[in-house]
Formats: sequence, C-alpha cells, structure tokens
Amino acid sequence: MDSHKQNAHLLHVQDVETELLLEAIFRVYGYDFRNYNRAHIKRRIVQRQNQMGLDSISAFQHLLLRDKEVMKQVLKDLSINVTEMFRDPPFYESMRKEVVPVLKTYPYIKTWHAGCSTGEEVYSFAILLKEEGLDKRTQIYATDFNPAALEVARKGIYPISRMKEYTANYQKSGGTQSFSDYFIAKYDAAILDQSLRHNIVFAEHNLVTDSVFAEVNLIICRNVLIYFDKQLQNKVLQMFSESLTKNGYLGLGSKESLMFSAVKDEFEVVDAEQKIYRKKIQSAG
Amino acid sequence: MFGPGLDKIKAVVIGTSAGGLRALKCIIEKLPAQFDIPILIVQHLSPQSGSFLPNYLGQFTHLQVKEAEPNEPILNGYVYIAPANYHLLVEKDKKLSLTVDEKVNFSRPSIDLLFESAAEAFLDQLLAILLTGANNDGAKGIIRIHQLGGTTIAQHPESAEVKTMPQSAIETGNIDWVLHLNEISVFLSQMAEKKS
Repeated sequence: MDSHKQNAHLLHVQDVETELLLEAIFRVYGYDFRNYNRAHIKRRIVQRQNQMGLDSISAFQHLLLRDKEVMKQVLKDLSINVTEMFRDPPFYESMRKEVVPVLKTYPYIKTWHAGCSTGEEVYSFAILLKEEGLDKRTQIYATDFNPAALEVARKGIYPISRMKEYTANYQKSGGTQSFSDYFIAKYDAAILDQSLRHNIVFAEHNLVTDSVFAEVNLIICRNVLIYFDKQLQNKVLQMFSESLTKNGYLGLGSKESLMFSAVKDEFEVVDAEQKIYRKKIQSAG
Repeated sequence: MFGPGLDKIKAVVIGTSAGGLRALKCIIEKLPAQFDIPILIVQHLSPQSGSFLPNYLGQFTHLQVKEAEPNEPILNGYVYIAPANYHLLVEKDKKLSLTVDEKVNFSRPSIDLLFESAAEAFLDQLLAILLTGANNDGAKGIIRIHQLGGTTIAQHPESAEVKTMPQSAIETGNIDWVLHLNEISVFLSQMAEKKS
C-alpha cells in the first residue's frame, strides 16, 4: 500500500516536471507544446530521458536547455512522423469526386498541407493533381514545424519496402495510372518523380505559434489536431478558416471533426465520413 | 466474494487480441443495464475494420457502445472502443486522446499505451482485464497499473482461445485475479452493485 502511495507521489512529481519542461522549452526555444495532449508528450519525453540514461525529467531538462542538439532530437520525438502515401484511400477518392471538379473551374489554385511531416501525403496529392490535369496551375504550400522532417520531404526519397503498400493505397484511392510510373527504384530507395516537386514549396511553419501566411483554396491537415487540446484545436481551426478563400475546402484526419469546434458554423459538410468541409460564403469570420 | 476495496473503482480497461470478439461479447452481454462504470476497450483489429466493433458489441448491451473520439470526456454508462489504427490514451483530466504514433508491440491500438495512461489517470481506482490474445501486449501496462495500486484480472489461460496474452501478464506477477470469463462477468456485476 505504501509503495503505491510512493509511486503515485513520483508520478505527480513527474507530471509537474513535464509541465515545467514544456514551459522551459517554450521560453528558451520558442516551441510551444503546452497545449498538446499530455499523455503522448510525456511518454515521448520519458522515453528519451530513459534512452539518455537520466534518472529524472529535471536532469533531462538541464541538458536540453543547454544543448541545442538535444532539442533537435526532442523536436523529432514530439513531431508526428507516422504517415504513408495515399493514407486512407477513400479520402483521396472523395477529394477526386467532390473537390477536384470545383477546383477545375478556378484559373489558379493554392493548397496548404499543414503539418506535412515527411511529405508522403503531399506527394500523394501532387500525383492526384497531375492526373486531374491541375498540376500546372496549382501552388502547393507544405509546412511543418520540424526542419528535419521537411528535409526528408524535400528529397522525396522513401524506403522501397513501403511501395507495395503505397501501390495498394494508390489503386484504392482511384488512381488512373500505374503507381510505379511515379518513382525510380534504386537499391532500397524509391526516388519519387522529381517533376512532382515543381509546384511544391516546403517551408517551416508552426501551427501553434505562427499565423496565416497565404489565402488558399484548400487546406489539408490530417492527424495533427488529435494531438492538441480543445483550446489549441479551436485556435488552429480559426486560423484555417481565416486562411481559406470563401468556398475553400478543409480536409481533416478520419477521427477529426468540426462538429464540436468553435468554427462549426463557418463550414458546411462535404463528406462527413472523410472529414471534408467547405467554408460557407457568408461566414461569421 | 471478491474482496474489499472494489467499490472505489472508477474505470475499467480491457485489452484483447486474437479470440477477443467472443470473449468481449461474453462479458458485455452479461453486464447489468445500470452498470455505471465506464469501460475502455482495446481490441487488436485490422486497420480496415472501420466501426465494426462498436456496432457489433452494441447489439449485446443497453450500455452506450461507441468509438472513442479525441478530447472526449469519459462518462459513466459508456463503453469506449479504440478506433482501428489509432492508439487510445487517457489524459489526467479523464479525457480520451488518440494518436497515430508508431505501433507498440506490433499493434495500433496498443493495450500497453491504454493501460499505462489509464493507470496514471485513475491510480488505484482502475480495474484492468486482459483477455485472450496471441502476443504479450498489455503485460507492461499491467505492471504499471499494479505499481499505482490498481486492480488486475487475467482471463484464465485454460479458458482463453489463445493463452499467450493472459499468460504473459500472469508471468509478470502483477495479476490479482485469474478468472474464467463467466467469473469476470460476476466480478463486474458485484463490483457495480457494491458501488451503488
């Protein structure tokens, strides 16, 4: 019984240390994780602390605040790096069916992939645009807060071992060509067709601390908002709403919804299942 | 019958893998309609399974069975199911969160992640049940739950379709009760009665 109490005490200390660490990271490095859901963040921090052989988060904080290389590692740890090409094929299918026909009526299109991580989903969308004949008149902004992830994204080189899965996704997503036309295999790497990159600008942008940088017709931000608390979710959604043109589209992850959000009334539902929304012409914002 | 201290339980977490559908059905269908302790379930499923599991289990109970949503508060009378291909975690303020992190124990959702985070949120007010399954996901979570004073049950390996999962948990030495499926139902019913 006493050991439970002692363990609960240590847990409480660890939770306090986590709060202090996030505050310190914000003050020293400007990255703001204070409104991220805590369970995930804390798990990642404790994992890193253990890997470094340190016996407390406080000891880890001491090092982190003094060594920028440790901070780089933490950025990697805290960024969402699990993604795939044509993840959730029905999402792309719905984009082709519901959104692309409208985009086709525009002379020039801007899209924003927010929280693009290592770029797999951006290239997937670039392929979709190419097949729909929209690549020449589309500007794609792809942003993430993690420079290391953007580095990978810019290169567009992915493990060949994933291509089988991506090919299956592509086929299910309504792709009209042969997926193998979009990459060259070299040893264990798949190098994506460099022409896909021509209309993509990869840039550092932090959804928590940075603001709107362009007016766009479509924002895709998938499986990013699930990491945020309600307050931060609303703040970011507000920014998306400001960034979208009237009638602009918003595509979220399959478990993310506008239903209970502060911007609910500014959007109408295009595809409830695939979480695709459209900004109303007469919106409150 | 099942000893003191169970009236403090505020949440139940259940983990299972291979063979889990039948085991879950057995437990869920015998829960009293007024069972007023929230239940959180991780069942390893194919990423393509959609909302099959909540629909399936919902047929057998009057409790509300639903897929867990991000930032959703945990309420009495509900059974929350981890969505396929997402980890389900419990936050300190007793809300749910989802992540698309790497698989843990080759699994997403991972039982360990639910169990460990629920242990840290509910401390000694948590009851964990590990059922049939073909890997050892959940064993680490069971250890954490025990460290923080929670109560742990493993399905009797002899009665499990696949015994690896409950067996691995028992071998950690952190299981309080080894029970057959029908005994688990009785356990839960008695616990709910004591509370009310």
